[in-house]
Parts: sequence; C-alpha cells; structure tokens
Amino acid sequence: MSLHATTWQTVGPFFKIGFSWLYRDNLAGSGVSGERVEISGRILDGDGKPVPDGIIEIWQANSNGKYAHPDDAQEKPIEEGFTGYGRVATDDEGRFHFTTIKPGRVPGPGGKPQAPHLAISVFTRGLLRRLVTRVYFPDEPGNAEDFALNLVEPARRGTLIAKKIEGEPGKLEWNVKMQGGGETVFFDV
Amino acid sequence: MNSIPGYRRYYPGTQPPHLHPGYVSSLRRAPLQPLVPLPHTLSEITGPVFGPEIADVKATDLTRQHSGEPLGERIIVSGRVLDENSRPVPHTLVEVWQANAAGRYLHSRDQHNAPLDPNFTGCGHAVTDAEGRYRFVTIRPGEYPWGNHYNAWRPAHIHFSLFGPAFATRLVTQMYFPGDPLIPYDPIFNCTDDEKARNRLISLFDWETTIPAQALGYRFDIILSGRESTPMETHAHGEKR
Repeated sequence: MSLHATTWQTVGPFFKIGFSWLYRDNLAGSGVSGERVEISGRILDGDGKPVPDGIIEIWQANSNGKYAHPDDAQEKPIEEGFTGYGRVATDDEGRFHFTTIKPGRVPGPGGKPQAPHLAISVFTRGLLRRLVTRVYFPDEPGNAEDFALNLVEPARRGTLIAKKIEGEPGKLEWNVKMQGGGETVFFDV
Repeated sequence: MNSIPGYRRYYPGTQPPHLHPGYVSSLRRAPLQPLVPLPHTLSEITGPVFGPEIADVKATDLTRQHSGEPLGERIIVSGRVLDENSRPVPHTLVEVWQANAAGRYLHSRDQHNAPLDPNFTGCGHAVTDAEGRYRFVTIRPGEYPWGNHYNAWRPAHIHFSLFGPAFATRLVTQMYFPGDPLIPYDPIFNCTDDEKARNRLISLFDWETTIPAQALGYRFDIILSGRESTPMETHAHGEKR
C-alpha cells in the first residue's frame, strides 16, 4: 500500500527565523567555471505591490550541464565547490538578487537538450504551497526548441526569460508576478 | 536518458489549492492562470545535496541555544521521514521554526504584544539518520492572534521544511498538537479538502519518546513524494506499485 505525501502549509510571515541560516546569494564561488550572471528582480502580488516576505530557491546544473546529485549519471564533470543551490529573501521593496553562473544544457524528454535554465521555487506568506517556475536566458538559441518553453502559450513565455539590463553586462532582470496581468508562468511538478 | 522515472504527482485532494479565500493573504498572491504540467526531467529529479557537515547537534535542541533555559513546556518532537513507497528518506535536511511559549516569534514583523524570551530563538535543523529518523528538543509553542479575520488565532504549530532527494520532493508544512481547540477554526489547517490528509498534520502524543520528569514526546511522521515505478520495476515485481 502506498502512502500519500504530507500536505503543504504556508511558510507564513516569519520564515526568516528558520530559513536565514541557509541564505546563499552567491552560487558561484571563486574557481567555479562558467559565465557569471547577476540576476535581480522583484516579487509582486496581484495588485503590483512588492512582496517583502518572500523567498526564492534556485536549483541548477553547473556550466557543463551536470547536476551535483547522484542521480545525474551523465558523463560530465562535477565541480568542487559548486552545489547548484541558492536561497535568497526579498527585502522591504520585494527585491531579491543572486549571483551564479549560466548553467550548461541538461537532457530533457527523449534525451533532447533543454535550453540553459534555473529551476525556481517561490515561497511567500499567502502561498499555501510553493510556486515552481524556471528562469531562462536571453539571446539563447536553444530557447526556441526548449520543451518546457514550448509547453507554454507563446504570449506568456517571456515571463520565464530573464532580460538584459542595458549597459550592464552580466546583469539580468527577472521578476515574479504572482497574479494578474503579466502573471509569471508557474509549473505543476 | 529518456527513461528517467519521475516522482509521483500528489494524490487528488490531499494538497491545498493556491487560492483559498478563507486565508485572506492568498487572495492577491495565488496565481489565477492554470499551472502548466511539467514532465519531470533531470532538473526535477535531482535537487540540493547537503553534506554531513551541515548537521549540528546544537541546532536539534532549541532549549540549549542560549545561556539560560527558555520558558515553557519542554517537548520532544520526533518522527520518521518516509517516501510514498514507505521507504525511509535518509540523510535529508529538516528545518523547523516556531513561536516561543508565549506565542511570539523572534521576528521584526511580529507585532503581537506577548513577551520575547531571551533564551529562545525558535529555529533549528536536523539531518535524518539512515532510517529517516529526526528528533528535536524544544518548547511547546504558544497560540497567537493574527489579522486574518475577527478574533483569529493560530493553533499552536511548528513549521517544517524538507528537501528530500529531489527538486520535486520539496515540502514545507506545519505540525499541530493533538486536542488543540483552535484547529477546527484555522483556515490554514483547513485549506486542504481531504480530511485524512489534514489530520495527518496533527502530531501524536508519544509515551515512547516522553522522558520521565523531563519532557513530553510528540511524534510527527512526514511523507515525501515517492518515485514512480519504472517499467523495469513492473517486470521485476510482477505488479505496478
């Protein structure tokens, strides 16, 4: 007989007590290879108001497209010191930022490569369970044939692709709109 | 690489919807567009791995993090982390946070006028052992008022955060205490349709872990999403689990 997964409950407004010991806003320490990117943005609610009590968690492959995880059986090198995990909180204006490296491509369905992406969990007061989304990279030729982007109606795909910041190389902007106009695409995993 | 077994989807009714009008904060934060179903790929079946160095005995005893003892009733909260296939989830990180005995969080946004306790921070973490067991020593958190509706009070609860083996197995939940009279009135507890699923959030009083003259024991087992069976397993066992 199988069991059922435990029911989710909200993180509530006071998660900082439990989560702050593991805040990691720099996934790419010195010696980690790959193209460094600084990603910043805001979490906004359905009224466009900033969400000051939010958390973003990041999970990603290294620049070779290899996850630091035993179930990744690809013959690609892992990198000492790169775990692929990050956790950042929003400030009073709903802003967050983190530094990482652009991941390599990892296989998707049928072994076809996915475009480089970050797997993202969003937690806030008011969310009874996390929201799951992805961050893709601008000017990435693989985006056009990425299976996950192609599951999304074209008009909404842009919510998953970070934007370049004019005149600031290496910096990207990506926002989370929780609800309403321009609502970010969230996935059911 | 096209035969990676994914993790199971949640059983219908056992998880809260994003929008639950009784929980007022969900009204402007729940997405209104349908979620896009995402087949599991390597990105979802892998997840952060925390090494043994993250274990810290001090983080498992919330009553010994300061020079003095916190006020309140000492309790032992323990249990097992299993997956849906009843297999233990070993060496996985369990984070907890909670209010103090007076119902106040050590957080700048908590405006409840109950006292803070200089000897209680209210957070900890543990790593499950080879059989998926975890154990915390803490104090029983107090109930506290909140602004959701007139005379709203949260039942006593402890927040839990778990990673499990994959991005897909992440879980954040709350543990409640048996017999708490506030539970039937709490919109957060009641956000899930399935009554049995809701009631599994209520810990069990546990004589086995109760320490004489020291602390009452409460047991809280946690189930994370389990692997789907693969075609290979179907052949090997003659049945699809």
